[in-house]
Amino acid sequence: MTELAQDKMTTLREFMAEVAQREYSESYLIAVLHKAQELFGYLPREVMDVVAEGLEIPTAHIWGVATFYHYFNLEPIGRHVVSVCMGTACYVKGANRVLDALKRELAVEVGQTTDDRLFTLQEARCLGACGIAPVIMIDDKIYGELDSEKVIEIIRQHRRL
Amino acid sequence: MDDLKKGMEVTEAKFKLTLCDGTACIHKHSKELLLAVESELDKHGLRQAVKINLSGCLGMCKDGPILIVNPGFVMYGGVRVEDVPEIVQSHLVDNKAVTRLIISPDYLYNRFFRVFGDVDFFGRQMRICLRNCGIIDPENIDDYLALRGYEALAKALEMMTPQEVVDEVKKSGLRGRGGAGFSTGLKWEFTAKQVSDRKYVICNADEGDPGAFMDRSAIEGDPHTVLEGMIIAGYAIGASKGVVYIRAEYPLAIKRLEKAIAAAREHNLLGSGILGSNFDFDIEIRLGAGAFVCGEETALIHSIEGSRGMPRPRPPYPSVSGLFGKPTLINNVETWANIPVILLDGADWFSSIGTETSKGTKVFALAGKVHNTGLVEVPMGTTLREIIYDIGGGIPKGKMFKAVQTGGPSGGCLPEQYLDTQIDYESLAKAGSIMGSGGMIVIDEDACMVSLARFFIEFTQDESCGKCTPCREGTKRMYDILTRITEGKGRPGDIELLERLGGMIKRASLCGLGQSAPNPVLSTIKNFREEYEEHIHAKTCRAGQCTAMLSFTVNEKCIGCGACKRVCPVAAVEGARREKHRILPDKCIRCGQCYEACKFDAITRA
Amino acid sequence: MKNMITIFINDKEYKVEPDQTIMKAADKLGFKIPRLCYHPKLSIEGACRVCVVEVEGHRNFVASCAFPISDGMRIKTNTHELRRARRDIVELILDNHPLDCHTCERDSNCELQRLAASMGIRARHFAGDRKRYEEDLSSDAVIRNPEKCILCGRCVRLCSEIQQVHNLTQSHRGFSTVVTPAYNAPMAESVCTACGQCINVCPTAAFLEKNYTQELFSNLNDPTMIKVAQFAPSVRAAIGEAFGLPVGTNMEGQLVASLRLLGFDYVFDTQFAADLTIMEEASEFLERVKGNGKLPMITSCSSAWMKCLEQFYPDLIDNVSTCKSPMSMQGAMTKTYFAQKLGIDPSKICSAAAMCCTAKKYEAARPELMFDGMKGVDIVVTTREIAWMIKSAGLDFVNIKPEQPDNPLGLSSGAGAIFGTTGGVMEAAIRTAYDLYTGQTLIDIEIEAVRGLKGIKEGSLTMDGKEIRVAVAHGLGNACKLLDVVRKDPDRYHFIEIMGCPGGCVGGGGQPYPLTNTVPLDDAALTKRAKALYDLDRGKTIRRSHDNPGVQKLYKEFLEHPLSEVSHKYLHTHYQAKLPVGIIPKEAKKIEVKP
Repeated sequence: MTELAQDKMTTLREFMAEVAQREYSESYLIAVLHKAQELFGYLPREVMDVVAEGLEIPTAHIWGVATFYHYFNLEPIGRHVVSVCMGTACYVKGANRVLDALKRELAVEVGQTTDDRLFTLQEARCLGACGIAPVIMIDDKIYGELDSEKVIEIIRQHRRL
Repeated sequence: MDDLKKGMEVTEAKFKLTLCDGTACIHKHSKELLLAVESELDKHGLRQAVKINLSGCLGMCKDGPILIVNPGFVMYGGVRVEDVPEIVQSHLVDNKAVTRLIISPDYLYNRFFRVFGDVDFFGRQMRICLRNCGIIDPENIDDYLALRGYEALAKALEMMTPQEVVDEVKKSGLRGRGGAGFSTGLKWEFTAKQVSDRKYVICNADEGDPGAFMDRSAIEGDPHTVLEGMIIAGYAIGASKGVVYIRAEYPLAIKRLEKAIAAAREHNLLGSGILGSNFDFDIEIRLGAGAFVCGEETALIHSIEGSRGMPRPRPPYPSVSGLFGKPTLINNVETWANIPVILLDGADWFSSIGTETSKGTKVFALAGKVHNTGLVEVPMGTTLREIIYDIGGGIPKGKMFKAVQTGGPSGGCLPEQYLDTQIDYESLAKAGSIMGSGGMIVIDEDACMVSLARFFIEFTQDESCGKCTPCREGTKRMYDILTRITEGKGRPGDIELLERLGGMIKRASLCGLGQSAPNPVLSTIKNFREEYEEHIHAKTCRAGQCTAMLSFTVNEKCIGCGACKRVCPVAAVEGARREKHRILPDKCIRCGQCYEACKFDAITRA
Repeated sequence: MKNMITIFINDKEYKVEPDQTIMKAADKLGFKIPRLCYHPKLSIEGACRVCVVEVEGHRNFVASCAFPISDGMRIKTNTHELRRARRDIVELILDNHPLDCHTCERDSNCELQRLAASMGIRARHFAGDRKRYEEDLSSDAVIRNPEKCILCGRCVRLCSEIQQVHNLTQSHRGFSTVVTPAYNAPMAESVCTACGQCINVCPTAAFLEKNYTQELFSNLNDPTMIKVAQFAPSVRAAIGEAFGLPVGTNMEGQLVASLRLLGFDYVFDTQFAADLTIMEEASEFLERVKGNGKLPMITSCSSAWMKCLEQFYPDLIDNVSTCKSPMSMQGAMTKTYFAQKLGIDPSKICSAAAMCCTAKKYEAARPELMFDGMKGVDIVVTTREIAWMIKSAGLDFVNIKPEQPDNPLGLSSGAGAIFGTTGGVMEAAIRTAYDLYTGQTLIDIEIEAVRGLKGIKEGSLTMDGKEIRVAVAHGLGNACKLLDVVRKDPDRYHFIEIMGCPGGCVGGGGQPYPLTNTVPLDDAALTKRAKALYDLDRGKTIRRSHDNPGVQKLYKEFLEHPLSEVSHKYLHTHYQAKLPVGIIPKEAKKIEVKP
């Protein structure tokens, strides 16, 4: 393990040690997984093993939880996560075309990461920005009122970043 | 209580600017606008004379970014950085409003804000849940305190017994705003009656309906009202712990909630001995992780407990055995936001609003093919037509109204003849839809109802937890059938199969998600059966959305510009420049890109 | 008696006890509501929805397994609507199932098949894509085939609630839900203890033992090999069920005769090695009582428990007896003592074992148990497999003339017989340890305190004024509770028996599938199988292992004395901590055993 990964693991262990003091500590599993994903970008197996030990939760249970919730990534993701809102408002306003344009531009399917590891394409369930539909979210930023041309321009901007 | 307000900042500013800081406005560069306003004020040396406030979502997302200048409540919309010098010079220095940027007063006062009263913005307080949204700075507890914030809590603690609080909520007639519409007061009473060493209060902020964002806006715009409602409930039912379960996809709402909780703790509104009483209560935030089914209360409880968010059979109900096996009261964000107002203004006042069975107001997230998308809070009893046409401004581009979808993936699609349906739990159910959490999507003639039904069932199918057979297997088969219909491979009898499966899934599924999953399909079959039949028998889609059934050909209008050729993802268009092009039917994947790209109507879609 | 309440089932009025579910009340009244995910020993899942009924006042159907009755409740169990809904539900399950019934190991013994037959499904309306998964053949013992899984969740609940192994979980969700070990790891690389209880509770063939019947048949047909069989105590007590005989019918003689007809040259009895185990184990225990080794001593004959030990309790390895299991001792003696007696090359022996257990397949492959470069047992088949072989060979098992096992490894005492049930090893060990320690003969040899199906049993006896405290746990979940007590209070017990399966070996993962209308792991069935073994014990004149003349002869001719160097070489072993580490959740350990 690299030094950086060691540091992250230490941070995670400290977070868990604090949580383990609390009542019903096992109920903080999802919070711990959020923390782990924030640190590592996804949930590698070794990290889940450490969580299992730290919270005294069987690994199978952790695997069940990590795979149940779509927010958790089990594979490394790209530098930018592109989430296309597939909520009803966006759907009605042509989110499918935006998604198709992104698939073509990035040459990946939903859930995949581009070969250059720059972008991971995801579908999102309603980002709650229906007023400016259709929207996508890149990392933490929302882009609205899109069409297939605008969205490609946004991607190209990110490539240049 | 009065002590709390002593510390508040007294504003002596001449002008007060409120800048909407909701998600949509941020997208429209409200942050850049803020910087521009600040530097412009500096230039004029007006920094002290003008107080700038950030507010939560006003609900007028279409016109963002929104800048309000008080006094006078002059609302500017679509403000760009370049407009700032003019606004500052003209409005703040010369006292002349910049009329070209004002959002039509007619539209404002007579339509969108009709609910506020015609002139006096605060006069009638019909905006109950969203009363402070867009008005106060959600990150500043003083703003909330200034507008009667936490007075309801003080009243409950100082002047009411827990039983009296429960009675008041019961008397108000408030019903759960999360979907099912169960009496809130009864829920409180059941939980209050339980004898236990510990009880919990939960705020369900796992708003997952696609097309609904009122909970997000409510928390982003006014987090304290939700907290206050929960604290009051804690006092009423004898709980000492509260949990807000919120989607991880709402980072801004989470941040503001965290700030609000910290501020409430600082002000002794949370913690031990709240406001000098002997009542202890604290609230923590738990994040969801992307599972729609966690809006179901038993699934939500499992998720807070750190497990897969799978529902379990009820009874026992959470009021008897909920979080960690203890009696638990769960309400959703909008329900909580109503509580402080009910306590302050009284159950009688609250129950005077609305219809016989549905009291108060309801927030809707108006979206889809409608002019004014955004949040609307209307009294129960308002008709769909009023919302869509009077408030929403009708359908854009002169298109025809086709249907309105309420209740998200659990709801139904209502056609024209239901537009005069009054909004309340019973009337919507009678019409074949549900109130749901308040998503309202307007659909115009461009939409294919079979595809729309397929879209919803794809959603529920994907969000099914997989526990019970009807939902896990049944929605998948409904999806398969709808897919083949939209691909032009529908078979006679498919509609009946959908009805048979849908009926079974509704009655036999374990939880509300499955029990309502077939609704969008069944309601579109009921109201738009002829569209299904056209797809199956004539293999046509009148909306032209089911592209698999279409063919694309180039007609005489073609001037050979090559636009279609450039966008075609599979190189199915051939033809030399300035000559008529041709689409190769064998290569064409019917994506419709060329049709969209052609500016000369030269592509025929049939 | 509690106040009875009134319920109406299909418009008929009944007085029933309150505080029970609709299903339980209906069961007692003779209404067998169809069901699938329900299991009386597991938590209520309410998932399959096959057991739905109509309750007046409820718009939707309710799951009768979960819904409590109340006074005046009107229940309908068999309306047209319900019948259609249930039929559609089962049809939906079939649509996502391979439906390769004729080539499936559970053909004619499958709950889904039976259920579908009772639903009257005569056409397939919704068939479309079905799920596709690879079969997991990695384990020597348990095969996992998610394609056949119908997601009733019984195995997941059993593995966690009864066994506390928590190897299985449902991963992903919706239509993609699949039952897997953590990280979708192969079973061989998981914390699976190979107990095989998932096979027992699975309604279909999503879990199966790895089948060695063809390999065994081909060995039996090899004229160059000497084919030697052994069979466990519990096999004789349960195999009759596979031939439609009442539960608890002892078929020892018929089994011996059948094994000979299948082609075995010698048929020995694992009960012989059970006696041998007791000689070694009791002697080892007495050594530890004298101060040579750690106390409490824990038994080591259950293979699932041994794997559990290595992954979940490596800190207790020194507490566990170094004795191999009876099967492995028998195998070792077959390839050494017996081969020498016969004057043949042990590599010419095919040593096969018919076991009630799936974990014994795993045990047989363990390198730790090898000696002189050999495995003691080459092929392990379960009760189910041997029953199938007998049927497949066309033998009339039920009416065959009973025969006796061969010598020198076939003679057994009553103590060896009761090895197959929980508490049996302890009882057998006490019979011998007492006599060896005191030099006297224990009069009352039927030790009731360690008999029966209570999860954790405790008892004590006095040997020459010294109090010996013992405890017995069966099922790994009970074991984990008991061992947690041991970790906290190491001096509480001197001797502990642990059996990996509920009920001990009689409830093993390789026992016959339940008959129609009975549930797997039914307590009544386990008790009847155990009774067959206790009856066998009572019917014998020799009931103490040290009185077994065959064992005495073996020591005289080959092993010298218990714990001798030869014994250590062939009959003892050592275990080591293994990965992945098993984790038992906190709440499972919270329960304390009261003194």
